Amino acid sequence: MNALADQLLVLCLLLNFAVLGTSRLAFSVRAVALQGVLLGVLPALIHPFSWHLVLIVVSIILAKGALIPALIMRAIRKADIQREFEPFIGYIPSLVLGALFTSLAFIFAARLPLAPAHEGLLFVPASIATLMCGFLVLMGRRKAISQVIGYLLMENGIFIFGLLLADAMPVMVEAGALLDLLVGIFVMGIVINHINREFSTIDTSRLSALREE
Amino acid sequence: MMWVFVLLPLLGALVAWLIPDNRTRSFVLPVVAVLHLAITVYLLIQTPPPSPDGWIHLDALGKLTLLSNSILFAVCAAYAVGYLNYRRLRPNRILCMALLVCLSAMTLVAISQHLGLLWIALEATTVTMAPLIYFNHNARSIEATWKYLLICSVGIAIALLGLFFLAYSTIVAEQDVTLLLSSLISDASLLHPGWRHAAFIFLLVGFGSKMGLAPLHTWKPDAYGEAPGLVGALLAGGLVNCALLALLRVYQIAAASTEGALFQEVLLVMGLISMAFAAVFMARQSDFKRMLAYSSVEHVGIIAVALGLGKAALFGALLHMLNNALTKGVLFLSSGNIHRAYNSKSTQFVRGALRRTPWSGALFLAAFLAITGSPPFGPFVSEFLIVSSAFVQGNYWTGGLFLLFLAMIFIGMASTVLPVVMGKVPDDIEKTPYTDTMHTVLPPLVLMGVVLMLGIWIPMPLQALITEAAGLLGGGK
Repeated sequence: MNALADQLLVLCLLLNFAVLGTSRLAFSVRAVALQGVLLGVLPALIHPFSWHLVLIVVSIILAKGALIPALIMRAIRKADIQREFEPFIGYIPSLVLGALFTSLAFIFAARLPLAPAHEGLLFVPASIATLMCGFLVLMGRRKAISQVIGYLLMENGIFIFGLLLADAMPVMVEAGALLDLLVGIFVMGIVINHINREFSTIDTSRLSALREE
Repeated sequence: MMWVFVLLPLLGALVAWLIPDNRTRSFVLPVVAVLHLAITVYLLIQTPPPSPDGWIHLDALGKLTLLSNSILFAVCAAYAVGYLNYRRLRPNRILCMALLVCLSAMTLVAISQHLGLLWIALEATTVTMAPLIYFNHNARSIEATWKYLLICSVGIAIALLGLFFLAYSTIVAEQDVTLLLSSLISDASLLHPGWRHAAFIFLLVGFGSKMGLAPLHTWKPDAYGEAPGLVGALLAGGLVNCALLALLRVYQIAAASTEGALFQEVLLVMGLISMAFAAVFMARQSDFKRMLAYSSVEHVGIIAVALGLGKAALFGALLHMLNNALTKGVLFLSSGNIHRAYNSKSTQFVRGALRRTPWSGALFLAAFLAITGSPPFGPFVSEFLIVSSAFVQGNYWTGGLFLLFLAMIFIGMASTVLPVVMGKVPDDIEKTPYTDTMHTVLPPLVLMGVVLMLGIWIPMPLQALITEAAGLLGGGK
């Protein structure tokens, strides 16, 4: 099962690059959603069966694969935009930096030992690399929606690591973390809507009234 | 009992949602706040035993946070009635609900002993504050809200990864996986060092950005500048203390492990950097609410320095946590009044506040003196304790820099505050209907009284509480 889990993690890493290399927002959201579904499947592969685990699998797939993407898709429709324009960091440099961060993540992970049960799995590098790629999207793009997608990618990265703990963490903590994430995205969606109404655009480089003179 | 305590504000939020009338709705806030304060005082005296699973327990650090948050919220709630009456035309349903939900989450932060639960509550405070910052519904406030939401969400997400690392370090060390504070502290030295080290760094960055330690403070000036005064007070006094409590929990674990000294060193450096940032940006600040944000960066810096020094400075750090929260309350509420009176927060237009709004002007001036560490107010005592501890430990560089930054900040802040309160009211200012009334002046006045009292006389039970809390930070040794 571990080999399959590793293949899914590699797929997660590839999806990072899909997000880094595209300007189409709807495509990015779908890539992040697919990553969310993979995240939901992964704990089933590495942990023994329990009802607790079933609950986690279902709730992650539901939240990350369906609800959150739906919220963002709605924001995209309302703002009526399809593409990211003139990002601060271009797509090719993003891809190169993404590759760099991914290799750094592997070096970082090599220094931290895994528990015997997880020996040889790619969870740590996949987690750190996804986190960094999310950060890259967050910093490098102009549109508020792209920034939310970056934030989601970061969250996915953190969850990848969290999956190692999936059967050990109390259900309440996981449910609470997912709920917080959901509400956070919901609030971000509302704020994006207001930015759009106020500025007739969701280009965050227009948010520049507040700075030190 | 404890769950009722967390649910009470949520019930209040439900009631606020059901009330259709703006004016009536605002009275829910003080009612809930007074009940909350009463329960807090009761729990401080009659502390219930920890819950059987150990998740919920009110220890001395939690008590201190709860006390300061509850007092601050009560004052803000009383002020909110007058403030919302003044801004009657703006719908306040979301404001009232978000305030109450936030109170509930802040309470949960104070009583939880499980780091996962603590994280959830802290994240909840982050999200509920967003609509509060956006209360004014204009272009500037939406910009502030967006920056706040994004930076704090990312920060708190990084803290979650830190918590996962900490939990994983227990697996690698072949302990039972747990995020219960008591077991983490007792097993701190058994945890796997590499993972533990990574966890501390992520947690420090995560909680540090929520606290606003430099250089992770960039959202603060915008959010504090654009939020209404009472929300600013809760951000600078309430949320900062919640994030600080989370950091103190990590500090407890670090102190019990072999990494305490390193953790302290990092805190000391971050604290001094924060103070330096504040000292530089405070000078020539033309927006007096943004200036308060830099004052907040300064004071989390002071607390971080004190935590870094350890030993006797810990008492000062915890006392300063209380002093800073309460004084910030006065500063934000009085500056909110001045903002309303002039309909501007730029020093270009706001002059002679002592004449236009004598009470608010005087309170702003007094709170400025207090926060910059002038006797006889509370912050003087705590800052004095911290700096004297630095010199007693022979840490002359820290002590010297600390004093230098305090002096720079005093001058920088005075150059903004004095023109605002002194002098003549300009003739060409916008006429606003605002005048100081009992509703908007009495709450900060009472708070100012408490700050003054803490400078002259610290009640015995409070002193005992802070001593006990400082003992908890000693790593339980």
